Amino acid sequence: MCGIVGLFLKNNTLEPKLGEMLSVMLGTMCDRGPDSAGFAVYGTPEKGRTKITLQSGDPEKDFAGLKQAVDKEIGIKAELKEKSTHAVLTVSSDKVDAVRTWLNEHRPSLRVMGVGDSIEIYKEVGYPTEVAKRFDLKSMKGSHAIGHTRMATESAVTTLGAHPFSTGSDQCLVHNGSLSNHNGIRRQLIKDGMRFETENDTEVAAAYLTWRMKQGLNLGEALNSTIDDLDGFFNFVVGTKDGFGVVRDPIACKPAVMAETDDYVAFGSEYRALVNLPDINKARVWEPEPATVYFWER
Amino acid sequence: MRTIDLTKSNIRELNEELHRQGGGANEDSWEVLNPRGAHAVAVGVDAPISISVKGSVGYYCGGMNKQAQVTVHGSAGPGVAENMMSGKVVIKGDASQYAGATGRGGLLVIEGNASSRCGISMKGIDIVVKGNIGHMSAFMAQSGHLVVCGDAGDALGDSLYEAKLFVRGSVKSLGADCVEKDMRPEHHAALTKLLKDAGITDIKPDEFKRYGSARKLYNFNIDNADAY
Repeated sequence: MCGIVGLFLKNNTLEPKLGEMLSVMLGTMCDRGPDSAGFAVYGTPEKGRTKITLQSGDPEKDFAGLKQAVDKEIGIKAELKEKSTHAVLTVSSDKVDAVRTWLNEHRPSLRVMGVGDSIEIYKEVGYPTEVAKRFDLKSMKGSHAIGHTRMATESAVTTLGAHPFSTGSDQCLVHNGSLSNHNGIRRQLIKDGMRFETENDTEVAAAYLTWRMKQGLNLGEALNSTIDDLDGFFNFVVGTKDGFGVVRDPIACKPAVMAETDDYVAFGSEYRALVNLPDINKARVWEPEPATVYFWER
Repeated sequence: MRTIDLTKSNIRELNEELHRQGGGANEDSWEVLNPRGAHAVAVGVDAPISISVKGSVGYYCGGMNKQAQVTVHGSAGPGVAENMMSGKVVIKGDASQYAGATGRGGLLVIEGNASSRCGISMKGIDIVVKGNIGHMSAFMAQSGHLVVCGDAGDALGDSLYEAKLFVRGSVKSLGADCVEKDMRPEHHAALTKLLKDAGITDIKPDEFKRYGSARKLYNFNIDNADAY
């Protein structure tokens, strides 16, 4: 099992409430995935600035003096916003590669959870409501967000094994299911220059989409290609800077339900995840078809 | 009428109350409010009572039902009326996957669409779907009737035994050993009764085609002796 929730706002006036809405949705899916939880929130981008979400096993030690060191070594004015085991380092977009290289060399204990103009990613081992509280999901604003509660099957219960997985700028993916050909695809992608942090099957799916989009496919086309190339059980919910996509494998044994109104599109592993959304009684509610791609873009 | 509000009572309290009702129950009309996608609503009831659920439910609503009439004024999650023995379950909205799975008796009516694996391994239940059904429906279905007023998805009736399938619309593909069969008078009569019991008056039995087992897969065939 696993639980997925996703919310893509069409009405900007709901943006201040995004975190609160997603946090309620995530809370309903605790019993589907009590091992660990995570979420990605797409906030308003700031021109010329890029956010790097970092995670540390020893945040007190690792985050102390980090901003000053980055400012000095790279010659920029970075911002560091700490939240428990995570911190968002905001830097000028043209220095992202330099900062990442420096972090890699000088702060190897820090893990990069995600990079992008809008995305922030938080994930940890623990009961989902506790994880959401720890990172104050409720107070986060943005245009769309994806959350996941994990019951691990394919790899260990660790922070890095939690979802969402982010393998490209402003991209993230969550997964309910298990892939059977991920080792082969991983080897193929490594040959093509993709890098992997874990042995996890879901990371391969995320990297596969990143690789497809690098080849010039849009989100919908990239999702479509998973149906032919990935073998196993999957419901994927995917975020990009301005997009939100859903695909189910052809067998479609993992549960999924969607709702759409003029104000939002929402995904839940079960209807329970959607019941608290505004005007849910008037929403179009449906089960996404197998082997069919759904995506929305702003 | 007894009303149980699931924002005030939990699912176990609801089901325990329903299980207390026996053959001579004087509380024969029940209403369940605010199910909000809850699992196992009105599971395992064994009494001639009627239960009206006001809203959408999650997994296994009406599972193992005996005698009771359960109506869901909303949609149902996976496994609605799973292993039903008798009685009637009506879903006013859509049903998710494996509706009526392994059911041994009674009538399941889905007024919207049903998704994949509807009637999988059914063993005597009758299922009437006003809308469409998804792929792999009636997989290994043993007996009973599946009536579909709309279209059927891929691999209908794969590895079918003796359940009778009636589809009014298109069938995307037939599963292994499932074939179209003649509609004989007894099938016409059975279908007429099922449509009537499901409250469907605007659709005629002669608009349907019948599908059933070719009986090549589940019989021992001497030509395959080497394979065993």
